[in-house]
Amino acid sequence: MAEQLTLDRISVGDRLPDLAIDVSPTTVVLGALASRDWRPMHHDKDFAQERNGTKHVFINTPHNAAYFERYVTDWTGPAGRLGKIRFRMKDSVFPGDRMVFHGNVESVETDEAGCGWVGLKLRLSVGDKTTTECEARVAVPVREGDNPWKRRGDAWKP
Amino acid sequence: MSELPGEVQGWIGERRYEVEGEFDVERGYVFTTCASVENGNPLFWDEKTANDLTDGWIAPPTMISVWFRPHYWAPGRTEQAQPLQVHFDLKEELDLPEAVMTDNTITFGEPVRPGDRLKTWQVLRSVSAPKTTKLGKGRFWEIDVVYENQKGEWVGTESYTGFGYRRDA
Repeated sequence: MAEQLTLDRISVGDRLPDLAIDVSPTTVVLGALASRDWRPMHHDKDFAQERNGTKHVFINTPHNAAYFERYVTDWTGPAGRLGKIRFRMKDSVFPGDRMVFHGNVESVETDEAGCGWVGLKLRLSVGDKTTTECEARVAVPVREGDNPWKRRGDAWKP
Repeated sequence: MSELPGEVQGWIGERRYEVEGEFDVERGYVFTTCASVENGNPLFWDEKTANDLTDGWIAPPTMISVWFRPHYWAPGRTEQAQPLQVHFDLKEELDLPEAVMTDNTITFGEPVRPGDRLKTWQVLRSVSAPKTTKLGKGRFWEIDVVYENQKGEWVGTESYTGFGYRRDA
């Protein structure tokens, strides 16, 4: 994990370091079980092929979200606090795939409550194909000593 | 299948399936989830960091739906409960046997902490006219899942877009 970022060190157009993961059947099943998703298309290859028409079991939605969270907070440091994350799964990720997370800074702002926000455009790809598009709004400290996690009520506008 | 059944029309905007989680938020699943994505954020592994930043342990925000996914089996249960029941109701009522989730937006409120017992409800926001995609013919729908903690504090909302379809249609 990178050192803690503060808002003054972030600019529109900054790129997040890519993160590559080689996906195995264990990756898919571990994520499904961690998210308590017992549906067979995430652990039973025959079911996935016959019922879903996919080539193999595939990563489920909460697991996908957990990867994006990790990708964002690897970059911000632990004081980074997710406000909102939106993702669109365009295609599935299967065992044997090498998935790569990409991201860049789309916006940097401070809201009326004084909270520093970064808008991120993120993407998950396998080869030349984008499998998931994602946007995230993450709060980061405006300066050293600021802590978005302490914000409550009207001071937190995700 | 062009007409939306009246029963489904009546579900739109209705607060449904208000339930309390079957178990308290706990760190075991936090570790399993962090391990599943190799998330080394010290908030979830280092007590001093957790105390300094979040006044104690919290769960990764994106785990919010985990605390409501039912056990695969429980004594006396005759049918497996579904975690996003409105989605499965739509599949059944609209006779669309297959479904995928396409869009998912999660907005996060108060941090979720070990020991919390969360409450949730579901709201169907919309159902589209019939559409044909590469998967088959079906409909898109939007569902909000709202979460609160035991103090009545909002901890998050998940908004899902699903596509229910028939492969042979």
